[in-house]
Parts: sequence; C-alpha cells; structure tokens
Amino acid sequence: MISESVIRELKAEAIQLRFDILEMIGIGNPGHLGGSSSLAEAMAVLYFYKMNVDNNYPQKPDRDRLVLSKGHAALIQYAALCEKGFFPRSELKRVKALDGLLQGHPDLTIPGIEAVTGSLGQGLSIGVGMALALRLDKSPARVYVIMGDGEQSEGQLWEASQAAANFKVDNLTAFIDWNKIQATGPTRDIFSIPALDEKWKAFGWNVIPADGHDPAKIIEAVESAEKVKGKPSVIILDTVKGKGFSFAEGNAAYHNGALTDETYKKAVEELNAAKAGL
Amino acid sequence: METANLRKAYGEALVEAGKTNKDIVVLEADLSKSTMSALFKEAFPDRFFEMGIAEQNMTSTAAGFALAGKIPFTGTFAVFAAGRAYDQIRCAVAIPRANVKIIGSSCGLSDYGDGKTHQSVEDGNIIRAIPNMVVLNPLDAVEVKKMMPVVINYKGPVYIRINRNDLPVYTSPNEKFQIGKIFPVTKDTEKSDAIIYATGIMVSKAMEAAERLKSEGIIAQVVNVSTLKPLLKEEVLKYAAGKKAAVTAEEAVRTGGLGQAIASILMANGPLAFEEVAINDDFGTSARNYDELLTRYGLMSEDVYKAVKKALNKGK
Repeated sequence: MISESVIRELKAEAIQLRFDILEMIGIGNPGHLGGSSSLAEAMAVLYFYKMNVDNNYPQKPDRDRLVLSKGHAALIQYAALCEKGFFPRSELKRVKALDGLLQGHPDLTIPGIEAVTGSLGQGLSIGVGMALALRLDKSPARVYVIMGDGEQSEGQLWEASQAAANFKVDNLTAFIDWNKIQATGPTRDIFSIPALDEKWKAFGWNVIPADGHDPAKIIEAVESAEKVKGKPSVIILDTVKGKGFSFAEGNAAYHNGALTDETYKKAVEELNAAKAGL
Repeated sequence: METANLRKAYGEALVEAGKTNKDIVVLEADLSKSTMSALFKEAFPDRFFEMGIAEQNMTSTAAGFALAGKIPFTGTFAVFAAGRAYDQIRCAVAIPRANVKIIGSSCGLSDYGDGKTHQSVEDGNIIRAIPNMVVLNPLDAVEVKKMMPVVINYKGPVYIRINRNDLPVYTSPNEKFQIGKIFPVTKDTEKSDAIIYATGIMVSKAMEAAERLKSEGIIAQVVNVSTLKPLLKEEVLKYAAGKKAAVTAEEAVRTGGLGQAIASILMANGPLAFEEVAINDDFGTSARNYDELLTRYGLMSEDVYKAVKKALNKGK
C-alpha cells in the first residue's frame, strides 16, 4: 500500500507539471494543452515514482525508457524532464523557438528523450524494438510507451501490437491516453474505434483499465502490469482532455490552442486552487 | 566472365559479421529466403526477428533496437523497404540518425518476372532525398562483401540496394571499400575521351560499352559509383578532369537519380558534354528474363555506347 503522503506528492507534482505547461505555452501561441494535461498524473507517476532514470547520466544502459508515441504531447514530458533536472528551467520559455532546445515534437537532441515521435503510430514499434534489445542484454530495464486514443486509428500500431504479442514482450508497458477527444473533435464522432479493450485483448495483450487522474490507481495498474509474464500489458487511462483547466476540459479547441490573457489568468488561478486543496 | 549472386554475398557477409559482432540483429518481413538473411537466422536464431509482413513496423522496431545499442539490419524488397516504410525511415531512423541498416533487396528491375509492383525504379532516388541517409548500390557480390564490415562500423543509417541476380564480378577484393569513394573500374589513360559514371548493374553494361568503343578507338573510362549518397564533389570532378564528355548510367528513373546528381556537380564546375542513361518516367513491367527488360528500358551496353557517342559529338 502506497502511503497517502506519496500520493499527495504525486498529485502536487502533476499540478506542477501543469504549471510548467502554462509556462511553455504562454499567451497567444498555440500549444498542445489538452493532450498534455490529460497525461499529467501518468507522467508524475512514471518520472517521480516508477522510472529508473538519472539526469546526471541520461544514457545509462539500464535506465527505463519512455517513448511518447503521441509526440504532440511533448510539453508534458518536457515538464517532467525539466523537473527531474534534465535541462535548465530557462529552456521552457524557449520551447519551439529557433535554436531552442525543446522542439515542437520529441527529438533525440533533448536530454531524456528516447525516440523521435510525432508522426503518429510509430512509438509502440520503437518501444518493442527497445524492449527486445534490452531482453537480449538481460537488462532489468522496462520500456513504457504512451499512445493516444485518436492514434489508435494508425495501422502500424496494430502491427506493433501483434509483434509484441508474438515475441511475448513482457518488459514493456503501454498506455492509451483515453481522453476521448482528437484534433478536430470527439473521437467517437471523428473516427470511432469501439471496444478498444476487447481489441487489445484479442491481439494478445493483458489489458488494465485505470483512472488516469488518480496516481494511486495508475501505480496499481503499472505494478500489476509488471507482474504479468509472457505477454505485453496495456493500461487504458481514463482521462479528461485538458484536465485541470475548466475551459479546456473536453474541448477540442485546446488540442493545440492558444491562451488569452484571460484564460491564462484563469488557468493559473485554477491550478493554485487545486494546489491549495491538496 | 565470372558471375556471383549479390543476395548470397549479403547473407554470407551477415553471418560472418555476426560471429564476432554480437550487437548485430536481423529483422525480416517474411522474405528471408529471398534476401538470404535466412543464413543468419540459421546461424543465430536468437538474434533473428521475423516481423511478419509488416514493413512499417519492422522499420520502426529496428530503430528501437538501434536506440538501445544494437545494429539492426532490416530486409525486404527495395520497393517495400523504401516505399512502404518511407515515413518510418524518415522519422524513426533518419531524423535521430539511428544505426539501422536497411536492405533494399531485388532492387531496380532485377525481379524481372514480378513486374511493376515488385520492381523498384525509384527507391534509391527517394532515400537519397532524406537527410542523414547513406545510400549504397553495390555492383557485384565482391563489393557487397567488402561493404558489409564498413557499413557495420559506420555509426548511422544506411540504405543498401541489392540486385536479385547473378552479376559479373568486376570488383577487386584487394581495394578497400570506402563510403563516398568512387572506384575506377578501367584505368584512366591520358587518351581517355569520356568518363562513364555507372552504378549497380550498369557498371557491367558500361564495361561492355567501353570495350566496343575501344575497338573504334574511343577511350571511355568507367567508374563505379557505389555510394549514391554522399556523392562527393571532389570525387566526381577528379574523374571528369580532362575528359571531353561525361555519361551516367543507372537502373533507376531519371528524377532525383545519379545522372541529375552528377550533372549538378559537373554543371557547377563548368559545363561538360553530358548524357544520361536511366529509365524514363515509367514503372517496370514483367519479363521472362532480365536482359529483355533492360533492353526495353534502354539500359543495355548498346544504350551506354550510344550515349557516349552522342555526348562526344556534342563535345566537339
């Protein structure tokens, strides 16, 4: 059983990551707020509870790897890496700027980033390759891959899911950020992909549903996945797109939207209130 | 003339390298018996991964292997390797300079029977356009064997075109292969009138053409451009010096091909009478044998011969 204080710290960390997203987006520039904030708790759990990574030795061979297949949510990973000390805070304000460190999508030039993603549907394949390589090396490291729910329409991802099952890749845990909104609207209206859990089961995976905004539930799911041998596991995170910002929650406009002076102020107020309420 | 199979050479070289280099892994899309990586599978089953008929996944998975320190080779027909998995090569392999070696087997028209869906007239041209990629096009089995250790030592993504058929051997086992180097196949002489930059199967066709030209008193030097990218300016110009005309010969469409690449270098240096032997804007087609097809697409020694004569006439 994980202590209440640990969970409270992870919740606080998730709020801090959302503050960092705001710092990166700023006012007047489009940024992937929605799909980044839906992952704040999962990122907090992975980077601040689960993963073996070292900012002083980003390339250490036995590190755990996180591949953000939904690369457009890079802001949330940048936030976590920054909080872990992989690069200076001053880089946050230079995101997407010419000659800035932080690219619009994850790039290997950024310390702590493990794969180039952004062209959707490729992250799981990359993760499977890493997991197989680590297995050959008898490494204890785990690979985590985070996909989007809209991304589930990419065919390559299903090729990768079959490969993972064929090779019995059990040192990999995948996540689906089931936030139910994609770039241009609700996923069920844009391109419906029903029975996701049944599909992944049929493809030979261990499927675990979890509340994606409850760190305790995420930890429980991640640890239950680790115990399953002989098949890969996928955790379907039930999340809210734009979580933490009332005006952005469930709103496709903030898939890659800009904040005004007013919405920025409101966002800060809401995060402060959430922080105070912990 | 001695001939040998390039696919077999690839498979054997892979096994040889695999004996000492434990980081080499091989991924295949259900064509290992054709690409000849089946030899590796037999020797090192633990490092062979059958990815099924899913080239896109194979390519990105190979990137994952590379990012975790392995040296993955992927194998399939060139048309699928370069075409089906273009974006995977671009995003997962080339952008991060992942140490992936991509084998484009049965390249060009060499899979003569299977027709246009399986022949690749543009694979090398496409991959050349992707930043960070090295593109190799060996002319014979000996060159394939010499290339392999160099490719393995080179840290970065490489695309290698492998011809399906037995081809004449022109490469000397003694000369060291080097990425970016152009290799003379005939000796230069002070009397050389023309230079033929040939690649892959077209080196042998250029050699036949040079023989015929020689009987007419025309000296054409043939060089083997087995590195399609990087194509080094100084290497290209070195062989053009003092010539009256230059000809290129490739088993690929003109657009974005070797001919255009050489022409842009030569033009920048001051014009030289120039002709290209390449496939016009067209896909392949089925044929019962390779030469029949090469004849149809204007890729025989006769075509190279005519191109040299035409270029020399312009140069007068």
